[in-house]
Amino acid sequence: MKVLAIETSNRPLSVAILEDHHILAETTLTARRKHAQDLLPEIERLMDLVGFTPDQIDRVVVASGPGSYTGLRIGATTAKTWAATMNTELVGISSLANLAGNVTLEGALVAPMFDARNQNVFAGLYRIHNGIPVPEVEDAHTAIADFAQLAAAYNEPIYAIGDAENFKTELEAAWSQVVFGTPAVNLPRAGVLGLLGTQGTPITDVDNFVPRYLRLTQAEAEWREKHPEEETGTYVEKI
Amino acid sequence: MLEKRNLILSFESSCDETSVAVIENGDTILSNVVATQIKSHQRFGGVVPEVASRHHIEVVTRCFEAALAEANVTYDDLDAVAVTYGPGLVGALLVGVSAAKTLAYVHHLPLIPVNHMMGHIYAARFVQPIEFPAMALLVSGGHTELVYMPAENQFEIIGETRDDAAGEAYDKIGRVMGISYPAGGPVDQLAHTGQDTFHFPRAMDNEANFDFSFSGLKSAFINTVHHADQIGESLNQADLAASFQAAVVDVLVDKTSRALKKYPVKQLILAGGVAANRGLRDRLTQMMAQFQSTDLVLAPLKLCGDNGAMIGAAGYVRYQHGDFGDASLNAEPSLEFNWAEDAAE
Ligand SMILES: [Zn+2]
Repeated sequence: MKVLAIETSNRPLSVAILEDHHILAETTLTARRKHAQDLLPEIERLMDLVGFTPDQIDRVVVASGPGSYTGLRIGATTAKTWAATMNTELVGISSLANLAGNVTLEGALVAPMFDARNQNVFAGLYRIHNGIPVPEVEDAHTAIADFAQLAAAYNEPIYAIGDAENFKTELEAAWSQVVFGTPAVNLPRAGVLGLLGTQGTPITDVDNFVPRYLRLTQAEAEWREKHPEEETGTYVEKI
Repeated sequence: MLEKRNLILSFESSCDETSVAVIENGDTILSNVVATQIKSHQRFGGVVPEVASRHHIEVVTRCFEAALAEANVTYDDLDAVAVTYGPGLVGALLVGVSAAKTLAYVHHLPLIPVNHMMGHIYAARFVQPIEFPAMALLVSGGHTELVYMPAENQFEIIGETRDDAAGEAYDKIGRVMGISYPAGGPVDQLAHTGQDTFHFPRAMDNEANFDFSFSGLKSAFINTVHHADQIGESLNQADLAASFQAAVVDVLVDKTSRALKKYPVKQLILAGGVAANRGLRDRLTQMMAQFQSTDLVLAPLKLCGDNGAMIGAAGYVRYQHGDFGDASLNAEPSLEFNWAEDAAE
């Protein structure tokens, strides 16, 4: 199976091409953040390097969020457009699960997180099982204090990765054994994403695929608070 | 042998409409699928950029699938993919740009970046061929500008709004009148049942340039309404609407008339969302009586708002001129035409 993997959910841009569990090519770029400009040229370059044409790709895997909204949409739009137009399988993998996939220690407890500003994080808790991160605590947008409390009950080492070091004080105070990630482990990579996606289940409704923002827009949240009864139905109409 | 027809798949996602069209030879609409988010933004009284971006990605693949199906064409039939890359909301633009670039790559098609404002002008192409030199008055919720076109594919701004766009002013005074977003249509209707009794200021009307300003008018309007509220006086809503519209239309028509005197053209094109305004269409038609050698071309009502068809018509011209983009195409939220060198005097 030939796989294209796309990860643009945060500052790094990462693209990989895999075939049957082998990473054939991978780019991970952190020096600049111009995903809209860089993503497709990088896909094209890697495709040329490995000698694949678009019709040969069997599956597109995309980091589906959480992360930066614009970054997520660039990756997700590219992935769902490709899958829809080429009738290719599409697999969305949590951006946090992808990061947790950098930890290869079987049985390890991993807490990947992205700094969401104002002492908030996008975070989840995963157990590495047969080499795959399995969620223990679902991905969520949460106050770092609350997340630290959630995972405080575990009396074992927790691998805190991604932006975890931004919250060193909070995490060390709450967790008895916290191990911070190395720079390599903190970096999301599309090669890992592709490996996880190879084992994932394809989405049945590609057209309805959207990023997992894990957070309403402020306008929407305020509106729902004021209109608790109103249904949040279909707002987009074909005319 | 018959000449092969040119088919362009065109994307528009700069604001709150996701639209994809298939255009034949730059002047025939084979399909024009428009998904509007108006119902969503009405909840907030205006377009919320992040909400708009989220809606675009919800529907983008269904839009291009439907456009191809309705046009009854396949990717093999297409000659190019065109897309609006600015101006507009960056997050919204990026959905269309990302989708169009991906389609262009996987189907080996050239990519044509289109300026949204050129798209609005080319909505008129579905009425008749554009003859040069031409002038366009572009009026929408985001823009108010006069564009001079010395020849095909050449655009020069000679005047634009210094503050609010005309459509934006409609929405703001609409809110004060209790008219829900978008207010342009209802205010226009109401205006036709009233008289200009308030005589709001016509900003910059006496200046020699071709620029517009609508924030003073908006403030005068709001002050009038607030003052009446304070003293418990009720104002005639129809007269308020008529007075506001008269002030907007006066300035647009005066400036356009002056521009036509300085730049004699074969056609004046009225385009953009506010081009659907009946008051403006009527007054402009009357004014044009004094320009015997200039044709007035009104963009079709159903193509005044944002749509993929107009992007396809503009894309066809870019295609003829070889103005292609590549895989690194980015959204340019502040994209605009260059200014004419002699516009300032
Ligand atoms: Zn527009």
